[in-house]
Amino acid sequence: MGNTIINAGDTAWVLMATALVMLMTPGLAFFYGGLVRRKNILGVLMQCFAALCVVSIQWVLFGFSLAFAPSHGFWGGFAFAGLKGVGFAPNPAYAPTIPFEAFMVFQMMFAVITPALIIGAFAERMKFSSFLLFTLLWTTFVYDPIAHWVWGMGGWLRTLGVLDFAGGIVVHTTAGIAALVTALIIGKRKIDRASPPHNLPFAALGAALLWFGWFGFNAGSALAANGLAVSTFVVTNTAASSAGLTWMFMDWIFNGQTTVLGTITGAVAGLATITPASGFVSPASAIIIGFFAGVFCFLAVSFLKPRFAYDDSLDAFGVHGIGGILGVIATGIFASTLINPHGANGLLYGNTKQILIQLLAVGVTIVYTFMATFIIYKLIDVILGVRVGEKEEFMGLDLSQHHETGYTLME
Amino acid sequence: MKLIVAIIQPYRLEHVKEELYKMNVNLLTVSEVLGHGRQKGITEIYRGIKESGNLLRKIRIDIAVNEEFVETTIKAIIKGAKTGETGDGKIFVLDLKDCIRIRTEERGPVAIG
Ligand SMILES: Nc1ncnc2c1ncn2[C@@H]1O[C@H](COP(=O)(O)OP(=O)(O)O)[C@@H](O)[C@H]1O
Repeated sequence: MGNTIINAGDTAWVLMATALVMLMTPGLAFFYGGLVRRKNILGVLMQCFAALCVVSIQWVLFGFSLAFAPSHGFWGGFAFAGLKGVGFAPNPAYAPTIPFEAFMVFQMMFAVITPALIIGAFAERMKFSSFLLFTLLWTTFVYDPIAHWVWGMGGWLRTLGVLDFAGGIVVHTTAGIAALVTALIIGKRKIDRASPPHNLPFAALGAALLWFGWFGFNAGSALAANGLAVSTFVVTNTAASSAGLTWMFMDWIFNGQTTVLGTITGAVAGLATITPASGFVSPASAIIIGFFAGVFCFLAVSFLKPRFAYDDSLDAFGVHGIGGILGVIATGIFASTLINPHGANGLLYGNTKQILIQLLAVGVTIVYTFMATFIIYKLIDVILGVRVGEKEEFMGLDLSQHHETGYTLME
Repeated sequence: MKLIVAIIQPYRLEHVKEELYKMNVNLLTVSEVLGHGRQKGITEIYRGIKESGNLLRKIRIDIAVNEEFVETTIKAIIKGAKTGETGDGKIFVLDLKDCIRIRTEERGPVAIG
């Protein structure tokens, strides 16, 4: 079993990072919540909190096992179900210096935020009951298997040597593609002519919380309080800033002025894009990756979406899907063993093989996620009906789904 | 000149605007108001405590029009706002004494359009 001595510093950092990642889901709720119309703010907040509750329980009961138990290459099986054997002793296959249970709960927060990211695609029009079922099924049949492929012991992509430091494939590509699928099938919102965000300060607050939490997401993925965690931290902040600036200037060039929404969206796109690369690349590479994140995500949101006329309400695909895919490919280009000796070199450092592995991994993930999400959606549509009725949609999800209102007009 | 005041369901506003624009009625003022009518609201529930306050959110639309536009405007509002259920709202038509465009100080019917 190798060296399995618990390190206090590592454990403290991973627990701290877990709490940081947990905060990202409510952060996302405010990011998305600020962007919807005021009658749907609670609908979005509720979906994010519900994802936190549902996936936390699913993870403890069987989700963690499906993702991380050592079974075969495609599916983790039930060896760790109910957290059997997941205790204080470290599991050196994942993290040799922290209790295995700390690794489990750190990973839990990733499983929580991934389905929450998809909310952006079907915001303002999904039934709450269907959302609950969707979150449970999607986590079980899409997130858990793909987490196993990429990160699980014996996972087939992990065995192939794919590099995904903190979830460019597992989190952002899966969520982004699922967003595209659901936006395509659920259809446009009834009134979708540019409805302005009802509370941009909330969106900015949400983006700030996401950025803050992302230090846990990426630097926590070092699973130790060491130099690699520091390097990841720096790279993460650098890419976010670079992408935020890029989007700011893209707005200036294409729309004539800089915007708050553009800048914070750019930063989030940079964070999503650097995620898979964050533990393998230098700060200089992060500036370049952030730049491309800003350019490509801006183009996706500004031109691809109108061109193909799907109503990805809050750009979950344009930001997380495009950013995630881009980041996975960038990892195959910019990765360097000087930064992380356990990683690999990318194209820039003379290794042509890595980028092929990255492309294969992201390609298979896209196809599997697309099909599985489609089937899950159709199944729920038959059982419960996914979309709210027209009247409920006009009334807003706050009142129609939860019988509450976000804002009163008078006391 | 008439002042047309319509109280409608908030979720019908987009439809009403659409119908008005189709009839070339483009000038209007919209405000959010609370109204008490016959309609029972959706009961809001906060930690199990039911709030069925009888003041419901409504949208008020104010449109000042010249005589030839009165019927068109009324019809457009009905077309956009009518669902046949209690709470669809009401339209009040008031005589309008005068109208002044501040920018030009024009008065009367010319100032309306
Ligand atoms: N006599 C009135 N004076 C002022 N406002 C009214 C009057 N009657 C109705 N309203 C407004 O119209 C709204 C709808 O009326 P309500 O009685 O609920 O349904 P209905 O339109 O089917 O009669 C009320 O909430 C109120 O704002």
